[in-house]
Amino acid sequence: MPARIVVLGGGVGGTLAANLLQKELGREATVTVVDGTGMHIYQPGFLYVALDQANALWLARDERTLLRKGVELVIEHATKIDPTRQTVELARGGTLPYDYLVLATGSRLDRDAIPGYGDTHDFYSFEGALRLREELRRFKGGRILVGVAGIPYKCPPAPVEFVLMLEEYLRRRGIRENSSVTLLSPLNRAFTIESASKLVQPIFDKQRIGLSTFFNVESVNTAKHTVSSLEGETAEYDLLVLVPPHRGAAVIETSGLGDEGGWVPADRNTLQHKSFERILALGDATDLPISKSGSTAHFEAPVVASRIASFVRGTAPKTAYGGRVMCFLETGGGRATSLRFDYTHPPIPPKPSRLWHWAKWAFNRAYWVTVPQGRIG
Amino acid sequence: MTIAERITVTKSIDARGMACPGPLLALIGAIRQGKVGDVFEVLSSDPGSRSDVPAWVAKAKHELAEAAEDTGFVRFVVRKTH
Repeated sequence: MPARIVVLGGGVGGTLAANLLQKELGREATVTVVDGTGMHIYQPGFLYVALDQANALWLARDERTLLRKGVELVIEHATKIDPTRQTVELARGGTLPYDYLVLATGSRLDRDAIPGYGDTHDFYSFEGALRLREELRRFKGGRILVGVAGIPYKCPPAPVEFVLMLEEYLRRRGIRENSSVTLLSPLNRAFTIESASKLVQPIFDKQRIGLSTFFNVESVNTAKHTVSSLEGETAEYDLLVLVPPHRGAAVIETSGLGDEGGWVPADRNTLQHKSFERILALGDATDLPISKSGSTAHFEAPVVASRIASFVRGTAPKTAYGGRVMCFLETGGGRATSLRFDYTHPPIPPKPSRLWHWAKWAFNRAYWVTVPQGRIG
Repeated sequence: MTIAERITVTKSIDARGMACPGPLLALIGAIRQGKVGDVFEVLSSDPGSRSDVPAWVAKAKHELAEAAEDTGFVRFVVRKTH
């Protein structure tokens, strides 16, 4: 009897893992992807949509078109996982039994975690990016604050990229002189990684972008237009853009498979659930203190697929995840740099250049025909 | 017996080898979700943590119960005070 493999989530990690498993195991397994929407969203594109640099249409594709023929797609919300009986309950009734389960359930935005969050802007969802684009089109100048309302959050470079690109956007619109742009950084520097922060700071200085350090957003007062930090400071704004708080998926929490943030406790090398060895997790879903990004999921998926294939065949797993992440960082002015690192090698970002900017664009454009299919590793 | 050994740790964060988002961010995230009185242990091999973690704990007015050098890493013990 073929092994039953169920993949929860049709994002980068789930799609790639399912395709690799089907390709590797063929008739030795059935591979089923369960996804609540059946749409695959390319989330790095939100940034460009919010800043009016890209059309929203290129961000979404039908998940079916990205999966190999042999992979079954079930468009349903998974409501509960029973790790003892090895079943997944579906919203419209019925259960899916599994021999191996891949949790690629990503993260969800939890705006209610911040008192007063209200209709504060963000570029972390499709709707948020479109709404912010409209707000920016109407914006005539004023104090703009960009902050982080929860840790961990997806794509650590995004707030820095956003302020640098926003500064350029305001100049292009001719409203830079009557606007101020300030990044409320959770750390005592602009960016999480010190080497990248050193590279970004001179650009902040040159473009007169403000930086408030150790400002972890705790609450918002939309009536008074103020935002307050965990560290006890308050700042006034005309336009506030926040990275919303993130949590693990609801199904992880209702199944009791996550920590207090809903993240899956996973071994940092094998990516197996710390309590249930037939459950593997990848991407945003894990509790690993590394970047929550498509790139992380992209590099973890082959490890998950290869290890499950070994289990199915009863052979010793040959691969392990070494913490590999690679991401681009837009620095404004049509320039970008790149960050490549793993558990043992911190990143050494190259000087921002047009080359990396175009590399990021090429990657964005080629994503649909490369990453989900495992064509680039 | 050190102070930290007498304190019951609520959550331990092994952030050794982590460059991004970094041990401090993991600590801030844990404190945000924790309760007043919770104690967090962070193991960090990132040299920047030696100054970053105490600086943040001081600014946010939590309590740094211990910062102990071990082989290749530092162990911080932080109590959430408010």
